[in-house]
Amino acid sequence: MDDFIWRALIAGLVVAAVAGPLGTFVVWRRMAYFGDSLSHSALLGIALGILTGVNTTLSLLLVCLGIAVLVVWMESRQRLSHDTLLGIFAHSSLSLGLVALSLIQGLRIDLMAYLFGDILAVTGTELYWIMAGGAGVLLVLLMIWRPLLALTVNEDLAQVEGVRVDLMRLLFMLLMALVVAVAIKLVGVLLITSLLIIPAAVARRFSRSPEQMALLAALAGGVSVIGGMWVSLQWDTPTGPSIVVVASLLFFMVNLGWGTHRVS
Amino acid sequence: MRANELLLSGSDLSFSRGGQLLLDKVEIAIHRDEIITVIGPNGAGKTTLVRILLGLLKPSQGSVISELGLKIGYVPQRLQMDPVLPMSVERFLKTAGRFSAQAMREALLEVGADRVLDCPISEVSGGEFQRIMLARAILRKPDLLILDEPTQGVDLGGQAELYQLISRLRDRYHCGVLMVSHDLHLVMAASDSVLCLNQHVCCSGRPEAISQHPEYLRLIGDTVGPGLAVYSHEHDHSHDIHGNIHNLDESKEEEHG
Repeated sequence: MDDFIWRALIAGLVVAAVAGPLGTFVVWRRMAYFGDSLSHSALLGIALGILTGVNTTLSLLLVCLGIAVLVVWMESRQRLSHDTLLGIFAHSSLSLGLVALSLIQGLRIDLMAYLFGDILAVTGTELYWIMAGGAGVLLVLLMIWRPLLALTVNEDLAQVEGVRVDLMRLLFMLLMALVVAVAIKLVGVLLITSLLIIPAAVARRFSRSPEQMALLAALAGGVSVIGGMWVSLQWDTPTGPSIVVVASLLFFMVNLGWGTHRVS
Repeated sequence: MRANELLLSGSDLSFSRGGQLLLDKVEIAIHRDEIITVIGPNGAGKTTLVRILLGLLKPSQGSVISELGLKIGYVPQRLQMDPVLPMSVERFLKTAGRFSAQAMREALLEVGADRVLDCPISEVSGGEFQRIMLARAILRKPDLLILDEPTQGVDLGGQAELYQLISRLRDRYHCGVLMVSHDLHLVMAASDSVLCLNQHVCCSGRPEAISQHPEYLRLIGDTVGPGLAVYSHEHDHSHDIHGNIHNLDESKEEEHG
């Protein structure tokens, strides 16, 4: 196999290993739409990075975090519901990103690569960044696992029991922003959320504990990456969407195909 | 640990939101070994008061003073476990801290829910869930238990049993207990002190006195009709979680054995 395929495969597996466990929290905390808002705003971050000459990964992280904080702040002040607000943020930031990119003079970028990912084009340097970012996310997630789980059970209860709820929520958003930054190369801003929630949804069926579900989600993500890349190379289909298609197939096979037996 | 020491007190507590006064100059004090119950109609501000005492909400006015290092075991209202989170009862208890397997078994035994240790938490019944929540609270060895509607979703027989359990836990752990409740008669029989709330404190004192208090009768007594006095009685037997009758001596042996 060529080098670029190895690089793509390793990058994909790293992203799957990170997105799986983090995605279980997205599913438990019902934050799928929140993930969409974050990942859609990533494009705005990239545009701002190019405009200001700042490193695009850094500007992406800052914009994602900014959006996250803005959502939380506006929620406490608005009569609109959670999903309405998130929908507004997701689509307005995506549109703003597209508009901003079109305004940059003389810029020739592959928009499709940002929207749907271009894992086969990952360079050696990018691979190191993905590995470093992924390791960082996993490390922090491991450190805050118990308090984050307590928070997921009930925030009031966690706070009374001494968990620093606001700090944990902020850290969780930071982790999500980091995953978006890491996964953007793989599946693009439009499909990142699927990488968080589909493997977790597949894993739920076979899990008896939170930890088991996190590990199985990473595994389901890895299988999707390998399967998706194989499909992509075999039939020359776009890699990012192929990975998501394989993940979805896994989900439907697990939930529709094999009877109604449920492990709880 | 001193008997009757003051654990937590709130003075002059007021809270308003959107120009609406939800709590008006409430005074409350909770002592060790005491069960104090807050009753009142819907919208009286009971849960608001609890949240302020827990430090989850900042009062608009007034202050909460707690004993240094006070450990609170809290059972929130209507906690629902989503089946999307795969979690056994044992794992659920562990989200409150690091406990040994034996400590967890003992805590569940204490509340009469030891049979569900390995069950998924989202599949236990309402009564079992409240018992598990109590077990989770006592595992933290609390000085004070704060229970918001602890008998919600529990049938009538189960409610009486649950109040007895709360009394037993108080006796055993020498903690203070603050409860919010709707089921007046059962809860008043199990309380040392009752605080009747309707934005302000209407009346407070011993349950026998409260049940005759004109403010109480005006606020609540009318709705349950005259002639219903405090339901105060001694039990010569108890029911376990499945409704089987044990006599008390036996169940005591079970607790300590």
